[in-house]
Amino acid sequence: MTTLNSRIPEGPIKDKWTLYKDKINLVNPANKRNIDIIVIGTGLAGGSAAATLAELGYSVKAFAYQDSPRRAHSIAAQGGINASKNYMGDGDSNYRLFYDTVKGGDYRSREANVYRLAEVSGNIIDQCVAQGVPFARDYGGLLDNRSFGGVLVSRTFYAKGQTGQQLLLGAYSAMNRQIARGKIEMFNRHEMLDVVKIDGKARGIIARNLITGEIERHSAHAVVIATGGYGNVYFLSTNAMGSNATAAWKIHKKGAFFANPCFTQIHPTCIPRSGDYQSKLTLMSESLRNDGRIWVPAKLEDAKAIQQKKLKPIQIAEENRDYFLERRYPAFGNLVPRDVASRAAKERCDAGFGVNATGEAVYLDFATAIKRYGTEQAKIHNINNPSTEKITQLGEAVIEEKYGNLFQMYEKIIDENPYKTPMMIYPATHYTMGGVWVDYNLMTTVPGLYCIGEANFSDHGANRLGASALMQGLADGYFVLPYTIGDYLADDIRTGKIRTDSPEFDEAEKSVKSQLEFFINNKGTHTVDYYHKRLGQVMWDKVGMARNEKGLKEAIIEIQEIREDFWKNVKVPGSLNEFNQELEKAGRVADFLELGELFAKDALEREESCGGHFREEHITDDGEAKRDDVNFAYVAAWEYTGKPSEAILHKEELQFKDIELKTRSYK
Amino acid sequence: MNLTLKIWRQKGPQDKGRMVEYKVTDISEHMSFLEMMDVLNESLVAKDEEPIAFDHDCREGICGMCSLQINGEAHGPDRGITTCQLHMRMFKDGDTIFIEPFRANAFPVIKDLVVDRMAFERIQQAGGYISVNTSGNTQDANSIPISKQNADLSMDAASCIGCGACVASCKNSSAMLFVAAKVSQYALLPQGKIEAKDRVKNMVMQMDLEGFGNCTNTGACEIECPKGISIENIARLNREYLAATI
Repeated sequence: MTTLNSRIPEGPIKDKWTLYKDKINLVNPANKRNIDIIVIGTGLAGGSAAATLAELGYSVKAFAYQDSPRRAHSIAAQGGINASKNYMGDGDSNYRLFYDTVKGGDYRSREANVYRLAEVSGNIIDQCVAQGVPFARDYGGLLDNRSFGGVLVSRTFYAKGQTGQQLLLGAYSAMNRQIARGKIEMFNRHEMLDVVKIDGKARGIIARNLITGEIERHSAHAVVIATGGYGNVYFLSTNAMGSNATAAWKIHKKGAFFANPCFTQIHPTCIPRSGDYQSKLTLMSESLRNDGRIWVPAKLEDAKAIQQKKLKPIQIAEENRDYFLERRYPAFGNLVPRDVASRAAKERCDAGFGVNATGEAVYLDFATAIKRYGTEQAKIHNINNPSTEKITQLGEAVIEEKYGNLFQMYEKIIDENPYKTPMMIYPATHYTMGGVWVDYNLMTTVPGLYCIGEANFSDHGANRLGASALMQGLADGYFVLPYTIGDYLADDIRTGKIRTDSPEFDEAEKSVKSQLEFFINNKGTHTVDYYHKRLGQVMWDKVGMARNEKGLKEAIIEIQEIREDFWKNVKVPGSLNEFNQELEKAGRVADFLELGELFAKDALEREESCGGHFREEHITDDGEAKRDDVNFAYVAAWEYTGKPSEAILHKEELQFKDIELKTRSYK
Repeated sequence: MNLTLKIWRQKGPQDKGRMVEYKVTDISEHMSFLEMMDVLNESLVAKDEEPIAFDHDCREGICGMCSLQINGEAHGPDRGITTCQLHMRMFKDGDTIFIEPFRANAFPVIKDLVVDRMAFERIQQAGGYISVNTSGNTQDANSIPISKQNADLSMDAASCIGCGACVASCKNSSAMLFVAAKVSQYALLPQGKIEAKDRVKNMVMQMDLEGFGNCTNTGACEIECPKGISIENIARLNREYLAATI
């Protein structure tokens, strides 16, 4: 049986990474070119890893299901990227970023990994600027910062509301440079469908060419999974339509432990759903909470009138509004962490104060900010006694400069002008903190198999802070994996090319093909989406923002029933050897139907409330999450045994030596 | 609302392709255009017909994957958006909507509405980068001050999503706006100046090799660009190219 060894280096936390780097094995440059590495996924983590590994001299094969690495969903990250540069001189430091991240994660992340993340965060900004990423700047020509939830400093670097796009295009440009040199062989429109293990080590993959349908074998000395999170298990999420957990789940079935699947982030500021046809949910960046104030009517009759469209938000007087985040959490106000903000919104909506027809929306209001900025601008421009209209005009211009693209996006979807009337928002599934278990080297429980970015579990504990996903993805890909993977590959310099005609490849290919053939030949009665939506409904209702024992037990049984039905009655049109999007979806949903069950099982076992995991049985007297550090300060790493809910639990006890375990308070 | 859709169907790159008519009923004005396509596809699968292949992914206007020519316009009738951000409230009951792939010699059809945009990839690989290693041992980010104006202009150019609407809108199928956006992003930054000459020459050479047409300053690309990339960038590209070649 595999056991967990997190391989955290000895020494004081501030020196661990440096001491570790001093001692690891290196591969000499002449040998690197004889070593192949496969990277699955080309978002921030995979793209930056592929580029850096190729620069170091390894032969890299990179795979993306989209038609270009630039399409990966990292591109949709809006707000920014954290780094402890302390350019603002507001008291930031590596330690403070480390502390904020561990606290924000509700003390369920691994200290050593998080400190390393904080330590390399500054380098990321240097690197990206050198690459030509056009970060926002001040008039003096230096980099600008803004503030995000859960922290008391401004450490977020940004490029308008398109930070993820610019960072991804930076990594993509670095990849292009290596593709042009032949150091990266890029496989666009390819999907990994299984990993191949030889003598216990990851030695290759089986992939499907999504244009021709051809099944391909690719070998390597190490395989890196960078395929993002599993948020689409809910069907509706802010993820891209194609975002999937197949690579992560397939390696789980081949021996990689899956950690903390119940730690999933429900983001507070998303555009509410409008109907059954809805295909995805759209995020409105957390950066909006810098200036937007969240409220619902204080009186139930006002809320009812708004729901029936008899009253407009601007008709509700200031004293009849309930700015519930400012009321409950005066210290952090509208900038409390995401889990806290989401639950507070749900609490108000469940109590009947929601502000749209479905009662599932709260307001995000910019009127105060527009007035404040307008007044400030009038002063700057020496306008005496400005009229209200003038102030509004000046203020709106400032808001447009800061969030213009987000406001436009909102207006196109909802058909209302958010400068004039408050936005409506509601929480939606956004990010998964859980994922494939990795050690300090980012290696899974399968030797030679690595997992980076959102796909792994390591850095965000039970809740991720805003602008930290981009930081982690790039830290893993640019600065961590390129070192740690060398330590492993140093033993492989004499191995030579891995053959793809071995029985292990034969067997993996056979099982991939038989599943694909099953889908095409099944000729059932229901579409893939029919099952995906049913799964999503169970996940949202019973494994969503608030969970309880009864609901979780029901969810496990219901997911099993949906899965059974799926394997009997799913209908996939078309044929194997062609571009077939329904066939792609079928494989992904089949994996979600198993992952969802493990997710519910993990949520059931974790009898505490922490971060994004909220158990209704475990709350304080004032309704806040009640963590249980005595019994649950561990990472739940699950070993696959054949049925997801019968997975074996392995515990990695979390030790907090540099941060005192405290109840998280944002009051 | 009830609509008639005339949609391009093409089995594969070698197939001739044709327009096929479909009817959709009870479409909500709050649906996105691609959600309407989802509804149609679900009904086709239910009837044992093959669903219509179309590219899409993020469905929030940033990944650049979606690419439909709707009633003759790239990304449809609305401005400043991609197809996935287009909503059915732009249409009215009884409308007939023509849906085709982005058309250009350099964008061969893969299937139905899906096109191959690898030509863009090869242009980027020809020089769309700054040659710095990703080691992280670069100078401190604030040691390169950049005027806010140039940083903002560079950002505006960099916001290109590589969808190809500029090519699909151009009567010459020119990729000048796409190339100009990348060249401009770097030309406006001190970090990009070192390789500026090689970059512009190599990218333009690759653009020509791919079979894109020439720019005749019609400006359709700018109007249809979902990100509002200005054709001033094309002027900058021309200037950069001229400076690099004389």
